[in-house]
Amino acid sequence: MSKKIWSWLALVFGILYFGLPLLGTLEFSLKMRRGVYSLDAYAAVLNDPQFRATFSYSVIMALFTIVLGVIIVVPTAYWVQLKYRRLRPFIEFITLLPLVIPPIVVVFGYIRLYNTSSWLPLTGSAMGTNILLMFGYATLSLPYMYRAVDTGLRAIDVRTLTEAAESLGANWLTIMTRVIMPNVLVAILSGAFLTFAIVIGEFVMAALLNRPAFGPYLQIMGANRAYEPAALAVIAFAITWACMGLIQLVTRFQKFSRVAR
Amino acid sequence: MSDVTVSKPKTTRSWAWLGIAPFILFAVMFLILPTMHIIIGAFKNQQGEVTLDNIRNLFQPSIMASYWISIKISVASAFFGCLIGFAIAASVTLGGLPKWIRAPLMTFSGVASNFAGVPLAFAFIATLGRLGLVTVLLKSWFGINIYAMGFNLLSFFGLTITYLFFQIPLMVLIVTPALDGLKKEWKEAAQILGASGFQYWRMVALPILWPTLLGTFALLFANAFGAVATAYALTGSSLSIVPILLFAQIRGDVLQDPHLGYALAFGMIVITGFANGIYIWMRTRAERWMK
Repeated sequence: MSKKIWSWLALVFGILYFGLPLLGTLEFSLKMRRGVYSLDAYAAVLNDPQFRATFSYSVIMALFTIVLGVIIVVPTAYWVQLKYRRLRPFIEFITLLPLVIPPIVVVFGYIRLYNTSSWLPLTGSAMGTNILLMFGYATLSLPYMYRAVDTGLRAIDVRTLTEAAESLGANWLTIMTRVIMPNVLVAILSGAFLTFAIVIGEFVMAALLNRPAFGPYLQIMGANRAYEPAALAVIAFAITWACMGLIQLVTRFQKFSRVAR
Repeated sequence: MSDVTVSKPKTTRSWAWLGIAPFILFAVMFLILPTMHIIIGAFKNQQGEVTLDNIRNLFQPSIMASYWISIKISVASAFFGCLIGFAIAASVTLGGLPKWIRAPLMTFSGVASNFAGVPLAFAFIATLGRLGLVTVLLKSWFGINIYAMGFNLLSFFGLTITYLFFQIPLMVLIVTPALDGLKKEWKEAAQILGASGFQYWRMVALPILWPTLLGTFALLFANAFGAVATAYALTGSSLSIVPILLFAQIRGDVLQDPHLGYALAFGMIVITGFANGIYIWMRTRAERWMK
């Protein structure tokens, strides 16, 4: 019986430790008007043109990063599964590198390698820097995207599907877009939502490349305002929650469709 | 006819090569080359000559102090993250709590382990800052003024508490499957041989879990060591942990020597690389028991 008491104690501790900051943030975000709870902080945030500009910038960056990630990861994972099995440990090692090398070091390398006096002056223009930032985000999401797609590919019979498609006269692009991708769509979506959550809140890369993203905006608000940061934290938490919820939703949906087949 | 059969595998092979080429190009240009540039730069001086001076310059007291506080925070948050995460995961898997708790706990862990960066700092300022919910409640309900007692969110202790918010859930996510992997038969076999609960844990369960625990500790360590955003939003640059020092260096060259910045970054790669090496090595050992 004592085991159960300790279990409950651990759980209660967990609920307190994780609940209180969320509660504290929510409460603080409602206190902007003196004496009463109000949504003033949220109104102030949502009416801030800077909020809209940086948030939509980060959303667009996230979408482009997802597309780039899919283009890079899906064909690679597919070919590794189909033809280059002995390359698997090597490819997996590369996909884990972003966890080993801190993002601040990677972006430091970008600044030195792709500055205006280099062979590829990406930081010379706003568009070039955006592209560089997109590639940076793609490295951040690489471990998660690759893991998700690879797991998805292992669950289907890549070889048979490919041979069937080939014998029907499909070319490589057709196989990729109309056979493989639909079959690992759930895995791609899981990776995509996680990428979205990562990119929306990312701070270091955007700050050091001087792009007007949501992360640096959050930091500036934190340094200059009292109640708006709490409202922003609640919004950010809701976005993270939505992304994770969507991952669970699509995964569950897949389970049903698998059973139905 | 024979021409067709010979040429067909050839074309698929060239396509296959093209399928991996974008990935390799991407990895080389945006991951490997930038990192190599930093590592090589750490061993060169302004004139481009090979030197160990930059590495030697790391051993000045202010930089060593930065590394030391970074390591302390990373070790403390990884240790308590492992301990508390293990306790929570064990309660849910083995502790006889109702089954329905498990699914929401795992979902929440997924969310919380990704809820890092600047918003996390805001959440803790709103909770344990000078006007935060817990600070105020402790003061008005129990008369405890934690700030008068020396607590400060912008300190080693404060940063460790904040980091635990993403460290504990990460541990829960990793260790729960490992605890599920402990087979009932092992416990029964131990009991039949006369082992007490403590002996079962000490001689069976913990040795099996050990690689997972050590590996996760290393992962959490690296996770905390590389984190910049939370600390920066929380403390500005008042607490000079290594990533913040490097951040300030990249922004404004505070060290007046770009190659010292390279050395600083190189030191970070060495430490996180070492920690992750342990993690990957331990994970392969842990997987032996997961079949």
